[in-house]
Amino acid sequence: MTVALPVRAARARGTTRRAAGARRLSTKARVGALICALFVVAAIVGPMVAPYDPSAQSFAPVDILHAPSMAHLLGTTARGEDVLSQVLVGLRATLVLGLLTGLIATVLAVVVGISAGFLGGFWDEVLSLLSNVFLVLPALPLLVVLIGYLPQRGQTSTILVLSLLGWPWGARVIRAQTLTLRGRDFVAASRETGERTWRVIFFEILPNEVSLIAASFVSTVLYAIGTSVALAFIGLTNFSQWSLGLILYWAQNGNALQLNAWWWFAPAGLCVALLGTGLVLLNFGIDELGNPRLREAAGRVRIEGRAWRPADPTPVVRSGATGATSATGAPAARSRER
Amino acid sequence: MNAVAFVVRRLVFYVVAGWAALTVNFFIPRLMPGNPVETMMAKFPELQPQAQRALEAEFGASHDGSLIHQYGQYVVDVFHGNLGVSVIEYPAKVSSIIGATLPWTLTLVGVATIVSFALGTGLGILAAWRRGGWLDRVLPALTFLQGIPYFFLALLVVDAFAVHLGWFPIQQGYSPGLVPGWHWPFVQSALYHSVLPAFTIVVTSMAGWMLQMRNVMITTIGEDYVLAAQAKGLSSRRVVTTYTARNAILPNLSGFALSLGFVISGALLMEIVFSYPGIGLTLYNAVTSDDYPLMQGIFLIIALAVLLANLVADAVYVLADPRARAGRGET
Repeated sequence: MTVALPVRAARARGTTRRAAGARRLSTKARVGALICALFVVAAIVGPMVAPYDPSAQSFAPVDILHAPSMAHLLGTTARGEDVLSQVLVGLRATLVLGLLTGLIATVLAVVVGISAGFLGGFWDEVLSLLSNVFLVLPALPLLVVLIGYLPQRGQTSTILVLSLLGWPWGARVIRAQTLTLRGRDFVAASRETGERTWRVIFFEILPNEVSLIAASFVSTVLYAIGTSVALAFIGLTNFSQWSLGLILYWAQNGNALQLNAWWWFAPAGLCVALLGTGLVLLNFGIDELGNPRLREAAGRVRIEGRAWRPADPTPVVRSGATGATSATGAPAARSRER
Repeated sequence: MNAVAFVVRRLVFYVVAGWAALTVNFFIPRLMPGNPVETMMAKFPELQPQAQRALEAEFGASHDGSLIHQYGQYVVDVFHGNLGVSVIEYPAKVSSIIGATLPWTLTLVGVATIVSFALGTGLGILAAWRRGGWLDRVLPALTFLQGIPYFFLALLVVDAFAVHLGWFPIQQGYSPGLVPGWHWPFVQSALYHSVLPAFTIVVTSMAGWMLQMRNVMITTIGEDYVLAAQAKGLSSRRVVTTYTARNAILPNLSGFALSLGFVISGALLMEIVFSYPGIGLTLYNAVTSDDYPLMQGIFLIIALAVLLANLVADAVYVLADPRARAGRGET
């Protein structure tokens, strides 16, 4: 198939696009970052601006299971508590739990992953086996059993147990990346120049894994929030600490759905869903940073008025049109890569 | 590494993983502060202190002898299928309770997972092929489905399709009054009751497979051998199916094996929401009523079931990837 193509124009467009793509994150990633930022801000200021005490009950008939009104912007529960205040206060606890779990689990993942990949041999076998075993242990049933045994179901114990079970995914990915990096020339060069091992790890290998580590952190936060909300929903949580899961637990216990009290369960559920979406979108962005082929620009390319999909036959430039035979393959190849 | 070494390596993994599950299960009650006997004693304050030893013996929680001796006894018991006695359904054995509930979970979750994997992978291939098409553009919306807590979506689905529209039953695994068995009215009722739970599992788990498949497909489409296939003038369909998807599906397959633990977690919540008579609901009931022997027994069975499913997924992977057969695959 032959398509005439003005090479110079296509090339120029290609370079400007590439420059723009490097500077700017994709829309998906920006939307994700925006959502996450909004939630972080809400978690910081939320408890300060909450209009009521989230646990203050009121059994005056007007306050019980009241639909959203000016006095209670998101309505009230069956015990007359203000739903908006519960969400604002609960958001902080849920987010703090997710971020702390993400931090602890990611540190574990980095330590195990880099050690396994960098040391190789015996330690690699042992650490890989360990992470694979942790990976196949079914997390939620184990959590349910562990937390079922705990006499006090506090925030801290949940964070610790979640982190203990949340690291192996990340460790696996980081190990694989370390293995490939270890064989690269720049690592060999830094070793040759007499760099210490810790310097090779922290200054040569770690900076090249930042996007992987970030992605692993974001997905661990996502896992921690989802799991903790699910645990709270089935009643395995600290009942004196408001969290998004606890709101859903009380809503379910109070038959909010059957009573059509949507304002009781919808806000907390939507918060978790939106936060989850934000994190997934953010992860898309990080993925695209690390893997240029996934960037949005690599979708259909329009050449000579025809849309080309990446799997379509390569458009071939008729060399006679420009005379620049050496450059013929370049635009097509480049558009394929992005 | 040759093929024998590969198989040996995998076998070592399964033995170690099985042993780890067994050992974790042994140590949880011994390291955690709670204790079935104490719970029992606290529940029934009229029990005499002498009853404590009898209860300890009954629940297999006796701390006689060295830890190693207890561990040996525990391993022997497990291999004889003796998982102790349940506290809630007192004289019933843990193993018989599990035997009655496990088939429900296996059937429903097994079918739903395979359907979700097949659909998700297929749609992922389509999204990558028609990159920039409508399917690819609705992907960000699908992440919203991934973000929704499973039980929240399930509750909404129940409210819409069972409560308001009345198309499906609200909960339970079969109509009350039917005697479970292989006769048509019961099978029909069980199938009817499983539609909604299966639907919620498929909807929430499909997006993950789809995203992964799409991303691997897009990376694979950029490979040189795909370019060579296109240059040969093969049809787009052939390049996508037998050249790209054939290879891109491998990470998804190994991901399938690794994510079975998550699948089980979803099943647990599903059974709680739908009061489905499976092993997850039983675990939930055991936890809420401090039935420690039942809790432990169920955890062990779930862990072993996940391992077994992994073994199957491994075998499928070896069939699909010639490099794994030659022993050059990554483990």
